[in-house]
Amino acid sequence: MISLRINGDVKTVDAPADMPLLWVLRDILGLTGTKFGCGIAQCGACTVHIDGVPVRSCLLPVGSIGERAVTTIEGISTTPTGAKVQKAWLDLEVIQCGYCQSGQIMSAVALLNAIPHPDDSDIDAAMAGNICRCGTYVRIRDAIKRAAKSI
Amino acid sequence: MSDATTPQTTPTRRAFLKSGLAAGSILLVGFHMPFAIAADAKADVFAPNAFIRIDRQGQITLIMPQVEMGQGIYTAVAMILAEELDATFEQVTLEAAPPNDALYANPTFKIQVTGNSNSIRAFWMPLRKAGAGARALLVQAAATLWQVDPASCRTDKNEVFHDASGRKAAYGALIEHTTGLTPPQDPPLKPVSNFKLIGRPLKRLDTPDKVNGKVIYGIDAMPPGVRFATLATCPVFGGTVRHVDDTKAKSVPGVRQIVVLDDLVAVVGDHMWAAKQGLAALAITWNEGVNAAVTSDEIWKQLRAASEKEGAVANTQGDATNALTKGDLLEAAYELPFLAHATLEPMNCTVHLNADACEIWVGTQVLSRAQAVAAKITGLPLEKVTVHNLLIGGGFGRRLEVDGIEKAVRIARHVDAPVKVVWSREEDIQHDAYRPVYRNRISASLSGGRIIGWKHRITGSSIIARWLPPAFQKGIDIDAIDSAADIPYDIPNLFVDYVRDEPPAVPTGFWRGVGPNNNVFAIESFMDELAKKAGKDPVAFRRDMLGKSPRLQAALDLAASKADWGRSLPARTGRGIAVQTAFGSHIATVVEAEVDENGEIRVRRIVSAVDTGIVVNPDTVVAQLQGGLIFGLTAALYGEITIDKGRVQQSNFHDYRMLRIDQTPAIEVYLIKSGEPPGGIGETGTTAAPPALGNAIFAATGVRLRRLPIDRALLTGRTAG
Repeated sequence: MISLRINGDVKTVDAPADMPLLWVLRDILGLTGTKFGCGIAQCGACTVHIDGVPVRSCLLPVGSIGERAVTTIEGISTTPTGAKVQKAWLDLEVIQCGYCQSGQIMSAVALLNAIPHPDDSDIDAAMAGNICRCGTYVRIRDAIKRAAKSI
Repeated sequence: MSDATTPQTTPTRRAFLKSGLAAGSILLVGFHMPFAIAADAKADVFAPNAFIRIDRQGQITLIMPQVEMGQGIYTAVAMILAEELDATFEQVTLEAAPPNDALYANPTFKIQVTGNSNSIRAFWMPLRKAGAGARALLVQAAATLWQVDPASCRTDKNEVFHDASGRKAAYGALIEHTTGLTPPQDPPLKPVSNFKLIGRPLKRLDTPDKVNGKVIYGIDAMPPGVRFATLATCPVFGGTVRHVDDTKAKSVPGVRQIVVLDDLVAVVGDHMWAAKQGLAALAITWNEGVNAAVTSDEIWKQLRAASEKEGAVANTQGDATNALTKGDLLEAAYELPFLAHATLEPMNCTVHLNADACEIWVGTQVLSRAQAVAAKITGLPLEKVTVHNLLIGGGFGRRLEVDGIEKAVRIARHVDAPVKVVWSREEDIQHDAYRPVYRNRISASLSGGRIIGWKHRITGSSIIARWLPPAFQKGIDIDAIDSAADIPYDIPNLFVDYVRDEPPAVPTGFWRGVGPNNNVFAIESFMDELAKKAGKDPVAFRRDMLGKSPRLQAALDLAASKADWGRSLPARTGRGIAVQTAFGSHIATVVEAEVDENGEIRVRRIVSAVDTGIVVNPDTVVAQLQGGLIFGLTAALYGEITIDKGRVQQSNFHDYRMLRIDQTPAIEVYLIKSGEPPGGIGETGTTAAPPALGNAIFAATGVRLRRLPIDRALLTGRTAG
């Protein structure tokens, strides 16, 4: 059994240590907000925070997390930056299909926590790992800047 | 599953979808069968048509005939219905339609289908009439109750008013008085000038649950006791399973079952990790079959040979053959590759099959076909197949096919529990229905700076012949010729024909932009070549030929002006124009791009001017252009599926690349005000970007690109001459 700190709760799961966190979240814990997109850390749909750092959960063995805090899209609204990013995303109507947006929001929150007022190159560096097939990038950039203004 | 959730009643800034709210729960859409007639006396619900229900508490539920896959259609459909119904938009509830062609068929295609950028075009009048008809019945009920002339009543925000007597009644309170009333055949529609919702950039109804992980896509379905499966289909198209050694797979912790079918092997486990590991541990040998040696080279050779044949005539005016003997002749061929859809939500489908019923959770663009394919495989009658159509994480035409549903149901026949079948990204890329390879041969002659003769032969797969056979008539694929047979330019002598050529092995399907994607690239690239040959500016050359297309001409003028057409640019930087009348919209697009010494391309700026008639939600139209243009840039810059040994060579996003945020240009979209009926918009940007980019690269480097994706090697060190 593996104990995990997820969104402020402690969860115990019966999973092999090498099982990627993505599938633990989705298939065992029912936290389906974190998405499967590619399985090889190319698309960013599965991004979560481990102690605030954005990580691709599709390649992260659950046994490697230990005591570190896991935050998923389901828990991000309780963080001050998370709530601001969510609001900016809705204010600017960023989202189309939305499938990538959990990952986009997690990456954006981590960026703003590290760099409260990012410039375009900061945004490029932090967000280039997240694919949006619908092509919402223009609005993602604007929404990050808008959220930064409210921080 | 039925109406088991508690509807969310918290008033928010917007209305809400009926959905499961607890994390990990499933979207439980209540599939009430809408009543086809006005409410009967005992009914608690007023359902004057298939799209609207109002209960005694006044709660208005709008039933969505079209599926939401990011294009904003739920919001637009709700706006149209609420507009004519005079409903309080912020308080409506949305519900996905069940499979039912009789009630919800797309008026254009006669089946339930969301595609071809036609939702608003097809449903504009039916939805307005549905809203207006319901409103008329409520007014009639109030007028009868008050014994006044219905014409002296008005409606606003879920209430009927009789101002002369100061009376009013809420819709919910009136439903019992609608008994026995007949819905009017042709209810009066609002004049456009009276619209309160249509034309405003209202907030979308589906997005609030997309920022917090609550939204449930097909892949998130979690019926109790669900097991998880992933599959391997024979990597060679059409091949079958020869032998499976499952010794190692069976010992993978969490693996429950290995299902071997003719063409695929699936591993079922307690979670996807077990299923994935189990699949990796299988030793499968395949009968690769007749396609085992097929290569891209062979496919291109066959296509090019086919393009030399006479085709079926799509349009002919004047005498093109004769006209091409006069003036200055120019000939060129343009070729487009296979493309995969790569929806970010990989293909998936969850099925619970019992002896007497089948329940399916999926996101599909063809709901009734999904139900029908499951009924066919299981032998169950249609009414025993329930399909929960969940939100879609990217469609782009991929989910117009039911192959994923078919495979999942076939697997489920061997599984004694609900089973969620999720394809790996590799499986998704390698077993798609691909945008076909196309070859265009175009010839034109110029005289006095104008085109006097034009021939365009389109050669490629017919998707229509497979997908909608009755529409394939006299050798013509109406999609393949779209925007070519009806070219917007004034050309006195025109001949367009189509040669159907099915590639060996590779299945083809509709892909965002469909036929116009091919034709607009070929035509707009060639128009640029002709402008050069005529010694004219590309905008001026087009403008002179668009006398019969004033809406497109106006879009061209606006785009050129906003994009600073003619203003000087740095070295190795250029602007390209492309115009199109496609999907009922008139659009001009200018791309500004820079090409470095290594042939690497940076798109700096895109400007689109759009006349799409009456706009329901302008913010959605802008978003669709922005996203569609990026989708088109991705195709032009990177998109190509190649075949070797009968199998797809690409597998994931490292070798089937997508545009990313750091490559995304500034995009400006200008909407032209119009009172014409609404056009389609979802695919237009995708069609616009590749030719405009190709023309910008020509302006920057002098290199004409006649194939996609763009070959960087052609651009190395080149500058415009």
